[in-house]
Amino acid sequence: MSEIPSLNQVKHILLVLSGKGGVGKSSVTTQLALSLVNDGYKVGVLDIDLTGPSLPRMFGLEGRNVHQSTAGWIPVYTDDTKRLCVMSLGFLLPDRGNSVVWRGPKKTAMVRQFVKDVVWGDLDYLLIDTPPGTSDEHISIAEELKQASPDGAVLVTTPQDIATADVRKELNFCRKVGFKVLGVVENMSGYVCPHCSECTNVFSSGGGQTLATQFDVPFLGSVPIDPTFVTLVESQGSEHKLLEKYPESALSSIFKGIVDKIYAQNLPVRQA
Amino acid sequence: MPALVQAPPVTHLNAPEPEHCPGTESEQAGNADACQGCPNQAICQSAPKGPDEDIPLINDRMSGVKHKILVLSGKGGVGKSTFTSMLGWAFSSDPDTEVGVMDLDICGPSMPRMMGANGQQIHSSSNGWSPIYVSDNLGMMSIGFMLPNEDDAIIWRGAKKNGLIKQFLKDVDWGNVDYMIVDTPPGTSDEHISINQYLKSAGDGIDGAVVVTTAQEVALLDVRKEIDFCRKAGIKVLGLVENMSGFVCPNCKGESFIFAPTTGGGEALAKEMGVPFLGKVPLDPRIGKSCDLGESFLDLYPDSPASTAILDIISEIREAVEGN
Repeated sequence: MSEIPSLNQVKHILLVLSGKGGVGKSSVTTQLALSLVNDGYKVGVLDIDLTGPSLPRMFGLEGRNVHQSTAGWIPVYTDDTKRLCVMSLGFLLPDRGNSVVWRGPKKTAMVRQFVKDVVWGDLDYLLIDTPPGTSDEHISIAEELKQASPDGAVLVTTPQDIATADVRKELNFCRKVGFKVLGVVENMSGYVCPHCSECTNVFSSGGGQTLATQFDVPFLGSVPIDPTFVTLVESQGSEHKLLEKYPESALSSIFKGIVDKIYAQNLPVRQA
Repeated sequence: MPALVQAPPVTHLNAPEPEHCPGTESEQAGNADACQGCPNQAICQSAPKGPDEDIPLINDRMSGVKHKILVLSGKGGVGKSTFTSMLGWAFSSDPDTEVGVMDLDICGPSMPRMMGANGQQIHSSSNGWSPIYVSDNLGMMSIGFMLPNEDDAIIWRGAKKNGLIKQFLKDVDWGNVDYMIVDTPPGTSDEHISINQYLKSAGDGIDGAVVVTTAQEVALLDVRKEIDFCRKAGIKVLGLVENMSGFVCPNCKGESFIFAPTTGGGEALAKEMGVPFLGKVPLDPRIGKSCDLGESFLDLYPDSPASTAILDIISEIREAVEGN
């Protein structure tokens, strides 16, 4: 069915989008992946944020290398169980501080290569993390996936107006290119003071829900700011495996709720 | 309202440019090796060649601009636009200082809302597009003023964005400006390469860049790349600002870190990269509120610790620029 052989054995393709930067696309992508793997699925994650790739750091894979096989690029697996793999431009840079100063055409070519030349193998879910905006990377991924019938997009926002204003643009982008909107996640929704447990709405509140209602798309959930998740990410290593530690995080139950809402949409498998 | 873009030739390409495209406006356009077989080859070959004829026009417009400051960050959502608006409000609090704010974030323009100018439309005169004035001495330009509908997505590839940036520089009637503050989108791509290229020969070029970050390593990682870009592009880094640094609970006044500096935060990065560290701005939820409402936080809460921190940083920036 798919004209892209590398994606032939991928059952579902989900994009994580947001018009706004720094709202937690990569953090949401990471936690969606962890939740899916903990539910027993095989998951691949593709990072098309070319000038600011964050996923190698999020999954504790910095410094790892992508290997080339005759079939294409082998993504980086988090462990030997091979339930979770990641592909990012971050793996291809000689030094983590190197900037990638590319204009559109080069970014387009890289996105195309990421879609066509990665050996994903047999996957239940492929999550695609994107940079902010509606420009080269987004147009390219939409064009590349046109024949691959992706399931749709999860939109991430923070509650304040400045962020939802940009996410509205992203919703209109999805409509234009024909991505189904699977739902909106409101991230950084409140912060619980570690001293007195009082919850402060640092970035206002309720913006994600309002946005979902206005655009008539599902609201998948509110995720509070939890510095312990950042600590978990930063302290991971061979002793503390993120995949094993994540279920202890308070956020894991919230993300369980979010993936349950996605399962409940009964997305058809791209192929049997 | 002016026509959105007086279509530069690149908007008429048949297909996206190939990977090793020499640049649709370059001298080799249509004739380089990479052009063989490109569906756009004929278009590029027939386009006029030679040095960019718009550069003298840009230089002319920019001759009245004394200082040009870029606000950069590799990472999104760290407060570039917020900081740009603070610079705008603070510089323009002196009625004798003319300030211009230019919003280069084409796909996610935030400046109109933050400056309280949402919904305004740009007017054209014989001198070009008039900036939107939010006060007597504070003018601004953003694609946000050109959209028929606020929620419209701007689905543009790089070449088209470059065309608009060029227009912001050569077609806007900026007049005499003491400080031009340029807000940028996250990343190191078309917008950043173009603004540097277009302003390089204008007057004294770009005075420098203020780089904004938050304290966590995932942000610092991208900001490191931005400083690397500044080096490659020859842009002076005026300094690094750590934003959203520490949060004081309004209930118990206890301080905690929402974005924890696990690797030393902005200060350590500044040291590592050899750039000045300008200071930390604490996270105050009223800043975000003021931005949503388009009001000046500095005027509303002049005594808050965040205002003090911001004003200290701004005076350092002023010194760095004036001292040049």
